[in-house]
Amino acid sequence: MSLHQASLAELAKRLAARELSAVELAQHFLARIDRHRALNCFLDVRPEVTLAQAREADARRARGEHGALLGIPVAHKDIFVTRDFASTAASRMLEGYMSPFDATVVARLSAAGMVTLGKVNCDEFAMGSSNENSAYGPVLNPWDTSAVPGGSSGGSSAAVGARIAPVATATDTGGSIREPAAFCGITGTKPTYGRPSRWGMIAFASSLDTAGLMTVSAEDAAWVLSAVCGFDPKDSTSVDRPEEDFTRDLGHPVQGLRIGVPKEFFASGLQPEVERPVRAALEVYRSLGATLVDISLPTAELGIPVYYVVAPAECSSNLSRFDGVRYGHRASARGDREPLNLEDMIKRSRAEGLGAEPKRRILIGAYVLSHGYYDAYYIKAQQVRRLIANEFQQAFTQCDLIAGPVTTSVAFGFGEKAADPVSMYMSDLYTIPGSLAGVPSVSIPCGFGEGAHASRPVGLQLMANYFDEARLLGAAHQYQLATDWHRRAPPAFAD
Amino acid sequence: MPLRQEDVQRIAHLARLAITDEEAARTLAQLNDIFGMIERMRAVDTDGIEPMSHPLGGAQRLREDAVTEMPDRERNLANAPAQQDGLFLVPRVLE
Repeated sequence: MSLHQASLAELAKRLAARELSAVELAQHFLARIDRHRALNCFLDVRPEVTLAQAREADARRARGEHGALLGIPVAHKDIFVTRDFASTAASRMLEGYMSPFDATVVARLSAAGMVTLGKVNCDEFAMGSSNENSAYGPVLNPWDTSAVPGGSSGGSSAAVGARIAPVATATDTGGSIREPAAFCGITGTKPTYGRPSRWGMIAFASSLDTAGLMTVSAEDAAWVLSAVCGFDPKDSTSVDRPEEDFTRDLGHPVQGLRIGVPKEFFASGLQPEVERPVRAALEVYRSLGATLVDISLPTAELGIPVYYVVAPAECSSNLSRFDGVRYGHRASARGDREPLNLEDMIKRSRAEGLGAEPKRRILIGAYVLSHGYYDAYYIKAQQVRRLIANEFQQAFTQCDLIAGPVTTSVAFGFGEKAADPVSMYMSDLYTIPGSLAGVPSVSIPCGFGEGAHASRPVGLQLMANYFDEARLLGAAHQYQLATDWHRRAPPAFAD
Repeated sequence: MPLRQEDVQRIAHLARLAITDEEAARTLAQLNDIFGMIERMRAVDTDGIEPMSHPLGGAQRLREDAVTEMPDRERNLANAPAQQDGLFLVPRVLE
């Protein structure tokens, strides 16, 4: 079996047995990154940095260290800042930016011995559902290069989908892990808000931004997530809880598990080619001994309006730091004239450095936070957010997990939604409610579309209550023991 | 009430974004679509509901007021578009 077809457990075993070195493993993936550059997954690759990290991992092993992740390669979404690779958030604004420090998630994975393959593409500042908003060009979906890989973590999902990285970090604000994972046929994991540190994640919407992972399987995710999560005093919303081993429930059967099926997630708008595999996945759970429970999340469908007030409000505040003074793009003397004064320089730097989607969200945010509109929009949205979160708590009195589709459709084509922001925003209909509540959620592959979409994957979404990641990943793993959707890889990238 | 083009210019100024009239016109239609979608939320009865600013609630944690690390001035300034003598340079502020 090729190295890129092996599970993390298999790679770890071979590394531990010294049949394989971290350097050889890194070289294998660097060669794949180079061969499949056409996917446009990577924004910064520095083989000398990667190989130095791999040599260090081998040296640590030679000194007697034996962590499960020691020597395993990882690609980082370009939202996490890194000292040794440029950190751009896929924006012209931050072209060439070299961070003075590593994000906590990056530092924790390095401490565990993971080897950084490079930085992966995404929608600019993680704003988008198709990766078409990257200033450095869209990523292609490895299953069908005429389709988007999803977004915002499209580089992460396509890299893992094409097996050019065994693991990638990602971030999820309204669905940015789960939707691209579904579109690329891999496992996407968004833990509970506050579990992973936000320190060093270039901020988009601070009350929603959550770090997570793209992996082939739930088992792989459980291994890496244990290293990702942990209290960080540098993040004011980091949850101070003991670290956990998220692999602990992988062996638990789902016998007796109550899975809530929200009727609102199967309403009109859900494409039949998505509904069929999702319903079939629910039947797999039933056949494994789980009980399906009808539940209702009546306010969940208002998640999109709520999100498009809360997230832009926080975005307009967070992106105010890009002023062309301390770092980032500054309007130059080129063009029609020199900046007149400081305000003119700031306005022009932002206009030139930021793309259309961040600008749109900054404008929405500035409006809903402005005098006279704050209560009508921002406070109102926060109140409806509370209603949605309360409905999740009500639902979790009736069930242990919630299951449904990740998206209404399979991956769409380039340009299909790019001109119509509202239709693009609807891509996150089923993922935003969980983001607003802050509950953990995974997307796991459960089939493919039909007809012309027969090579486009479909995802099943599972959500759990706060801090119940171990059970969530355990249930996902049990499905993956019974099925092989997660092991399907795009044939064009087999070699 | 739909936004007008002068609203877009006003918001853009609040957000310190230079915007041409042509961009403002194009953005106006998109923003009105988006606010049309947002409007549905405003019909919900939220009387007495406490706004949710954060999924896990609770107060912001405070830390000890102690020096924990020293800034790396050279590395921080390395990303500045313009700098001199360890300071950030900006265009004239006072006319």
